[in-house]
Order: sequence, then structure tokens, then C-alpha cells
Amino acid sequence: MADVSLPTPAVVPAPAAVPLRQILPWAVFGALLAAVLLYFVGVEQGVLSVFAGETVHEFVHDGRHLLGFPCH
Amino acid sequence: MLSARSLLVRGMLVGLAAGAAAFLFASVFGEGPIGQAIGVEAAHAAGHSHGESGEHELVSRTVQSTLGLGTATLVYGVALGGLFALAFAVAYGRIGRFGARATAALVALGGFLTVAFVPSLKYPANPPATGNPDTLGQRTGMYFLMIVIAVAVGLLAVSFGRWLHPRLGGWNATILAAVGFVAVIAVVQTALPTISEVPDGFPALVLWDFRLASLGTQLVTWATLGLLFGALTERRLRVRTVLAAEPAASV
Ligand SMILES: [Zn+2]
Repeated sequence: MADVSLPTPAVVPAPAAVPLRQILPWAVFGALLAAVLLYFVGVEQGVLSVFAGETVHEFVHDGRHLLGFPCH
Repeated sequence: MLSARSLLVRGMLVGLAAGAAAFLFASVFGEGPIGQAIGVEAAHAAGHSHGESGEHELVSRTVQSTLGLGTATLVYGVALGGLFALAFAVAYGRIGRFGARATAALVALGGFLTVAFVPSLKYPANPPATGNPDTLGQRTGMYFLMIVIAVAVGLLAVSFGRWLHPRLGGWNATILAAVGFVAVIAVVQTALPTISEVPDGFPALVLWDFRLASLGTQLVTWATLGLLFGALTERRLRVRTVLAAEPAASV
């Protein structure tokens, strides 16, 4: 009820872009983190291997196939 | 103004939810075809066993299809959520007068198309026991190359559309940019080598079900990311605007 009487045009601000200089350090951090995470889900113990054996590959196996990563 | 740090954190948290949704979808629709594919592999037991069905299995099928699948989708969701949030941070306020919700939905649509859908047209997901281990390096390289190309062509199409916008208006500029995207992708996918390793006699229905489930898992992931992230960010902005407006209104 009360919401209807609010001046709605004033509620939605014009989109103010986030400065690229502010995004850059977080982009580097976020991209590195994402790369490490994606590596273990999608690639580890396939073409490349940090840990010996097949345990990581076997553990995430179903997800690796279903998420579309090339596998065996 | 939005801060890049809080957007990144929100993206990774929303990614956790997206991963959970993907896990639910993949459990219901993906595990059936995976089990059937492993059954086909076991039936042709002469081939190499990959640990799924042998006595010396490292991780049991039960763990693979529950904890393993859940871990994979959650980690994947967090990683995508972080990258999605960064793409949103760059796009917001720069791709036109779209609010947070619409920007998030558009970025998610672009992400799904360029990271999942377009690459899957050339290099679709394959169920277990359908790939040749000797070509894994080549297949992995082509797959990531296809993603990089699709994202790059997508970004070019967006800037092409923005360049056309003042000349042709939004509707026609969007159509022309989309046609350009499809045309360039068609040329690229025709030029890239085709990989066809699914063994003769592998049940076509299992392959179809698996690929559909894989695409559905991606769609659920990206849809959750885009819609939930957009809703949360929009609410945050509204709350802040109302708070900022209140002192002035009460004076
Ligand atoms: Zn595999």
C-alpha cells in the first residue's frame, strides 16, 4: 500500500558505472582465484597434473563431464 | 556507487547458489545418462577401465555421483560467479541505461551463449567412455580456444552494436550485431577441426540425453547467477537510494 505512493522514478537511480581503476585489482584477484578453481574442476589430472594419481579427477569426474570439459 | 569488492563477494556467494541449483539439475537429469554410459563401457569390458567400474576404483560411483558432483558444481559455480560479477562491474552503466537487474540478466545471457552454448555447438559435452585419452590434450586446447574466441567475438559484437546504435537505433543495431556474431562464429566453427570420437554403436539416445542434461546444467547455472545476482544488487541499490532520500524528505 505505502509502496504505491512512493515516487517510483526517484527510487531507481541512473546507473553509475564503477570506475575501471577500482575494478582492476579485484579483477586480477578474482580471475586468478577462478582460474585455480576451474583448473581443479576441469583440467587437473587430465592434460596437466599438480597432484599425482587420479583421485582428484575421479572425485570431480561426473561434474567434469556434465559441465562440458573434455575428459576420457 | 557499487564497489567492485562487494560485487565480487556477492558474485561468488550467488555462484554457490547457482552451483547448488546446477547440482540438483545434474543429479536429476545428468546422472542417468552417465550411469548408462558407464554401463556401456562395462559391457565392452575389453577396453581400458577408468576406475569407474573396476574393483580397484579410487572413488566409488556413489561418491562420484553425490559428493563429487556436488563439489564440482559448487566450485564451478563460485568460480563462474566471481567472473560474472567482474563482467557485471564493467558492464553496469556502460552498455546503455540498463538497471542492475537488466544488466545482470544481459551479462548472464552473454555468458551462457559465449561460454557454454556456442562452444558446445562445436565441441559438445561427452559422457564417460566416449573419448580417446591420447587426444585429451588436443580436445582440451580446442575447447578452451573455442570459449576464448566466442567471448572475444561476443565482445566485438557488443561494441559493434554500440557503434551502430546512434546510426540505426537500438532495435536494428542489436539485430545487425547479432547477425555479425552468428556469421563470424559460423566461419570460425567451420574452420576449426571437428572431433568425432564417440564409438560406433554407442546408444544415440544416451548421448542425446547426456548432452541435453549438460546444456541444461549450464542454463540453470547462468540463469541463477543472472537473476539472483540482479535481484540482490537491485535491492541493495534501492535500499541505499531510499536511505539517502529519507533525511532530505523528513526535513
Ligand atoms: Zn572422465
